Amino acid sequence: MDNKYRLTMQGMTKHYPGCIANDGVTIKIKHGEVHALLGENGAGKSTLMKMLYGVVKPDQGDMFFNGRVMNIKEPADARELGIGMVFQHFSLFETLTVAQNIALALGDLAGHSSSLASRISKTSARYGMPLDPHRLVSTLSTGERQRVEIVRCLLLDIQLLILDEPTSVLTPQEVDALFKTLHSLKKEGCSVLFISHKLHEVIELCDSATILRGGKVSGHCIPKNETSESIARLMVGDSTPISNQTRRARGAGDFLTVNNLSTNAQALFDTPLKNINFAVQQGEIVGIAGVAGNGQEELLKALSGEEIQENSSAIKFKNTVVDALCPLKRRRLGLACVPEDRLGRGAVPDMDLAQNALLTSFDSGLVKNGFLVKQKISQLADKIIKKYKVKTPSNRTHALSLSGGNLQKFIIGREVEQNPQLLVMSHPTWGVDIGAQVAIHEAILTLRDEGCAVLVISEDLDELYKICDRIGAICDGKLSPILDTDCVPLVQLGQWMAGDFNHDLKNNTTQITPQGALA
Amino acid sequence: MIKLEPRVERSKSWSYLSPVLAILLTLITGYVVFALLGHDPLNALYTLLVAPIADWYGVTELLVMTTPILLCAYGLALCYKASVWNIGAEGQLLIGGVCASAVAVNFVDSTSAFALPLTLLAGIAGGMLWAGLAAFMKLRLNTNEILVTIMLNYIAVNVLLWAVHGPLKDPHGYNFPESALFGDSTLLPVIFDGTRLHLGLAFALLALCATWVFISKTFVGFQIQVLGLDASAAKMAGYKRAFLIAGVLVISGGLAGLAGAGEVAGPIGQLVPQISPGYGYAAIIVAFLGRLHPLGITLAGLLMGLIYMGGEMAQINIGLPNAIIGIFQGLMLFYLLSCDVLIGYRIKLSLPFKQQKTQLTPIAQES
Repeated sequence: MDNKYRLTMQGMTKHYPGCIANDGVTIKIKHGEVHALLGENGAGKSTLMKMLYGVVKPDQGDMFFNGRVMNIKEPADARELGIGMVFQHFSLFETLTVAQNIALALGDLAGHSSSLASRISKTSARYGMPLDPHRLVSTLSTGERQRVEIVRCLLLDIQLLILDEPTSVLTPQEVDALFKTLHSLKKEGCSVLFISHKLHEVIELCDSATILRGGKVSGHCIPKNETSESIARLMVGDSTPISNQTRRARGAGDFLTVNNLSTNAQALFDTPLKNINFAVQQGEIVGIAGVAGNGQEELLKALSGEEIQENSSAIKFKNTVVDALCPLKRRRLGLACVPEDRLGRGAVPDMDLAQNALLTSFDSGLVKNGFLVKQKISQLADKIIKKYKVKTPSNRTHALSLSGGNLQKFIIGREVEQNPQLLVMSHPTWGVDIGAQVAIHEAILTLRDEGCAVLVISEDLDELYKICDRIGAICDGKLSPILDTDCVPLVQLGQWMAGDFNHDLKNNTTQITPQGALA
Repeated sequence: MIKLEPRVERSKSWSYLSPVLAILLTLITGYVVFALLGHDPLNALYTLLVAPIADWYGVTELLVMTTPILLCAYGLALCYKASVWNIGAEGQLLIGGVCASAVAVNFVDSTSAFALPLTLLAGIAGGMLWAGLAAFMKLRLNTNEILVTIMLNYIAVNVLLWAVHGPLKDPHGYNFPESALFGDSTLLPVIFDGTRLHLGLAFALLALCATWVFISKTFVGFQIQVLGLDASAAKMAGYKRAFLIAGVLVISGGLAGLAGAGEVAGPIGQLVPQISPGYGYAAIIVAFLGRLHPLGITLAGLLMGLIYMGGEMAQINIGLPNAIIGIFQGLMLFYLLSCDVLIGYRIKLSLPFKQQKTQLTPIAQES
């Protein structure tokens, strides 16, 4: 093996029961290059990274680091070689400070604790991502928490930094800052492996790219010489339609009105909602953007009735105050809900699809005198499976064994088939492949056209811009104004996601003209 | 090398085969244990498992023994389906027995047609109350139902002892700690002459059908299963958690109370300090051994009853210690839980030399 490459992985193969996650994957990363690893969910990106980082043992394949054979049994071996990894979900203790977290994670490698804090400050400042080592992690924003993870890697003598979908939790402004850091790392000769499915970011940042599809390499490319479309083709294959068309609509008549909704934190690190005001009209889709953990979960629970507020009258469906109503009563007033967690909230993992169809559709004639009408339940499940193209052997298949996208199609189908008047969805296409995404968006748009009020809470800005008629952002439990999507430039939305609503405060939050947003 | 490999889908056949395998392994282990104890293992197993039901009277005795276990186990299965870990069937049974006795001693000389129904209803109400206490504490005070129901068992034992030594003691009983013998009007009628098999069996059969229909055919039964498998899905769907939890606890308490009433008004015929040799605890094993399914529970209950009877017979006939019952129960539960691994995993045998070979090939290609 020549020394030209920082990392070479050759013929990597990993079998899991029932599928081949990686099938002879080869990837080569040069010194000082930012290399993108692209692919849809389930294409095998995570498996490849887990093998590199020593979390999973490959069935076959060879790995070379700086030309030498790598022998990695556990993540500690990888760290010793100079490989650092920042996972999508951070592993930080909220109750500890930045320095304590880093000391815990690095163990002996952290060096003496007295000098650690100053080293953290120095390193973080050098790469343009200032961090106070003595702050509690619970007080940090998501972007800052990511910095902690990155700095933790940089404190070691790092040669390859792996970032797993790093931008999915950041505001557009934070993404810019991250890219600057990566550029300076690159100048020092450090290689970066950047895992993402956001193509415009890859084109902007990366020197080369490897694209995976179905566990195999479907192509290599220099992103700067390609377009989003050509890369997307490599990711999804030729058979899937890719559409960037939008279809806006204007609603009429408020269905959901929220007036001065505030909640108390139930658990230690919950985000209490503060004076939330907005309305969703019949026949429109309202989108709420925001970095995870800024009150989305609390908002969804307040609307669904999973958290009930007695003695309050902030939430109205049509003219009915629902604050004190249980989820069942709200459902009967026309609410349908698609929560973020598909398994374990949207669907029962250990029940089959027929039973999961019954889960929330019990009012659709499936229960007679308290007894289940099995035939009708089965029919409904089959109808959902057929209409929403859920790939499954039968309605007797357990929810657990469906892929995320398939299950999501089923859940959304189940809710849509109840003809709700208000559909509240959280991250409807998170982790869903592009084909299923198109189907889900189509179902939401059809429902809207039939006069349903739809609220979409999502971190995926592309998705929000694509389907929403009006858009806003939530930050630290406060909601920005909600304006026509086409009047909200990305920069503006980014400021809102970061909590900067000032532009519109002078106009007062109740009546805002689109001009106000553009100012 | 033996490796456990996760299955893509949980194996249906193994969920039925696992209890069979567990019973088989229990028998084999029992064989070894008896051999080590210096008994003829085949004879011991025969005494334990076959001799008790070698004749018709033995079979009816087995049914008498099994009835209270089954009544408790059907109710427990409902709780466990809802992931409510009620360990308190024993206590609910005892309180049921005490309450039934409290009513029955007032009817010793009566011929009223209401005597028996009132006795049984008192038993049911007692069990419901005892389980209701646990439900109240879980839902209102946020206590853990496992601890509460276990502790309520001990309180129930002492309530029983207080009752037989105090208010319910037979005034003409020479100060023995027992109640007066119940009158005929409060005793459960015997179904077959010459046996002790009483009407309680009919209640058990009724409970079998009722719980089966309830859990598999009704919407409330479905909600109970959803709650047990996935509480947050139940919440999202709008099911009433408190209603369901209180419901399963009270139903299971009522059934256990009925079992207690059936004992004092059935084979025992009075309140004594020993109305249950641990039926309520055996019912826990029975419920799991029977896969929480009413039919499976029935089979498992019969097996458990058999072990109880066989244990007594083995003690008398071949001098085995009474602890053998506990050993057998423990073995069975242990093996069942171990065999359940096979539902989610398959065993993969791989020979060491074969593995090396597959690892070598790609390297050979490289060089």
